[in-house]
Amino acid sequence: MSYLELNDVSKDFGAASVLKDINLSVEKGEFVAIVGFSGAGKTTLISLIAGLLKPSGGTMKLNDLEITAPGPDRGIVFQNYSLLPWLSVFENILLAVDSVNPNWSADKKKAHVEKYIAMVNLTPARDKKPGELSGGMRQRVSVARALAMDPQILLLDEPLSALDALTRATLQDEISRIWSEDKKTVVLITNDPDEGIYLADRIIPLTAGPGATLGPSFKVEIPRPRDRKSINHDPHFKQLRREIVEFMLNSKQDRHTAITRKLILPDIEPEDLNIPRSMTGWRKTPIRKSELKEESVEVKP
Amino acid sequence: MKSFKLDWLVLPLIGVAAVLVLWQISCASWAKDLPTPEKTWQVSKPYIVEPFAKRGEMDQGILRFTWYSLILVAKGYALALIIGTPIGFFLGLSKTFTKIFDPLIQVLRPVSPLAWLPLGLVLFTSAGKNASELGALFTIAICSMWPTVMNTAVGVRAIPQDYLNVAKVLKLSRTKTLFKVLIPATLPYMFTGFRLSLGIAWLVIVAAEMLTGQPGVGGFLWQEYNSLIYEHIILCIVTIGVVGFILDRLMSVVEKKFKTA
Ligand SMILES: Nc1ncnc2c1ncn2[C@@H]1O[C@H](COP(=O)(O)OP(=O)(O)OP(=O)(O)O)[C@@H](O)[C@H]1O
Ligand SMILES: [Mg+2]
Repeated sequence: MSYLELNDVSKDFGAASVLKDINLSVEKGEFVAIVGFSGAGKTTLISLIAGLLKPSGGTMKLNDLEITAPGPDRGIVFQNYSLLPWLSVFENILLAVDSVNPNWSADKKKAHVEKYIAMVNLTPARDKKPGELSGGMRQRVSVARALAMDPQILLLDEPLSALDALTRATLQDEISRIWSEDKKTVVLITNDPDEGIYLADRIIPLTAGPGATLGPSFKVEIPRPRDRKSINHDPHFKQLRREIVEFMLNSKQDRHTAITRKLILPDIEPEDLNIPRSMTGWRKTPIRKSELKEESVEVKP
Repeated sequence: MKSFKLDWLVLPLIGVAAVLVLWQISCASWAKDLPTPEKTWQVSKPYIVEPFAKRGEMDQGILRFTWYSLILVAKGYALALIIGTPIGFFLGLSKTFTKIFDPLIQVLRPVSPLAWLPLGLVLFTSAGKNASELGALFTIAICSMWPTVMNTAVGVRAIPQDYLNVAKVLKLSRTKTLFKVLIPATLPYMFTGFRLSLGIAWLVIVAAEMLTGQPGVGGFLWQEYNSLIYEHIILCIVTIGVVGFILDRLMSVVEKKFKTA
């Protein structure tokens, strides 16, 4: 029995099917990356695991217990940081610590919060409001808040995609370090296959939506600690990347949607100039029936 | 028109001057009973230069009257906020609550203070001497609470899902969710409501005082109308306008503070 198990999970919003046939099992201590296109349903998937959304079908189990609501066992780093703008960095994290460990003494809570602020190198910004921080700093606060709750599993929704390449690399190393120290189970959502390969034990692509589903797992057999510079020349890395990108592009090309649209074609007969033109000078409706045509176009998303 | 130095001062003065001219012309032509600007100033002068004088119950300096009015407004306004804010929260949080009370609110909202006041007096007849003050408070509260109710409700409905998700993921208790998430997220909307409510409360006070004869700017205005001292009517109108303007400015400063926070 795996630590996290999703069986045939699906999610629709009204008539729109976003996710279907999702099967995922994650072992305890494993680092899994899920790669997918923008809009495929990655945030939806993580919200399901977090318990913020109810699945339309299928079962989800964490530690052999059905997932029904959010819980302190799952720490989440939201894609848009989701810090409370009226609280300082310290207060944002304290709020989380406070609700997980209500019985701790005030000093213990304070020390705990400060430890995690230091861990993400934000001690100088301790008393700043999120609005005064850069995107990367906010993201680090968000990571610190999730870690400070000491969850058993970390759900990271594109935690680094809003950052510049340099900050991104630094934070990737930080995530890697935190993971190897604590050996927490991590599910990382990303749109960058390289990031997934660099960090994870296993990469699972999410096919393009609508009705996205998880593809086959790609195991990353690169020994840790991984070195950012040399990994680019590793033949296994190159091959993995090629396979993942190929799989994802193929999943996109599979779906052809036909769109039918109305066209108004000019008639070959000359217009009767005695008929006054409409005031706006542009007519939406055709004058003659024969101008109406329908056209069907294949669209590749 | 090109802007020049001191235009913020000169241009409004041009407007005032134009009104004064129009006023003077009116006095001379069609409004024979209207006191001229000069006469108004002379008759009002004792009330302005000695703004806190108390010569009798209904003969006091204009700022003293204003002070009475402000106190009454403050009480009624406080009542409006204390009642209106929770109602707004319930409307924003519960669809059922909205369905039950929204039609009622929409019907009561447009009712004029002049209509509420007699009801207020009837409600508090048993209070004897205080009946008119309580009636006035009731009227101020019930008329001025609607902007607070509506804006708070809109604010609660507009709380981004992200913040609610944070509350859920952190497993915040109900009170924590209220004080750490719901109220801070709604504050900017609430303050817009508070500002509009204050404007209405100030509008209502004058009407309430006129009808109940309470000492205050409105009561003074009505008494001087009955005593045929029309100059003081104008004095009162100007005072009411200036005070209302200042209150609105003060509130919008507070409001801005919460908007940017
Ligand atoms: N509450 C909702 N109601 C209706 N549709 C929704 C809702 N949430 C998401 N969707 C739809 O589900 C699809 C997937 O959205 P989702 O946010 O999961 O994508 P994503 O993979 O996280 O994208 P991105 O990489 O841009 O973050 C989108 O088409 C979106 O319009
Ligand atoms: Mg997303």
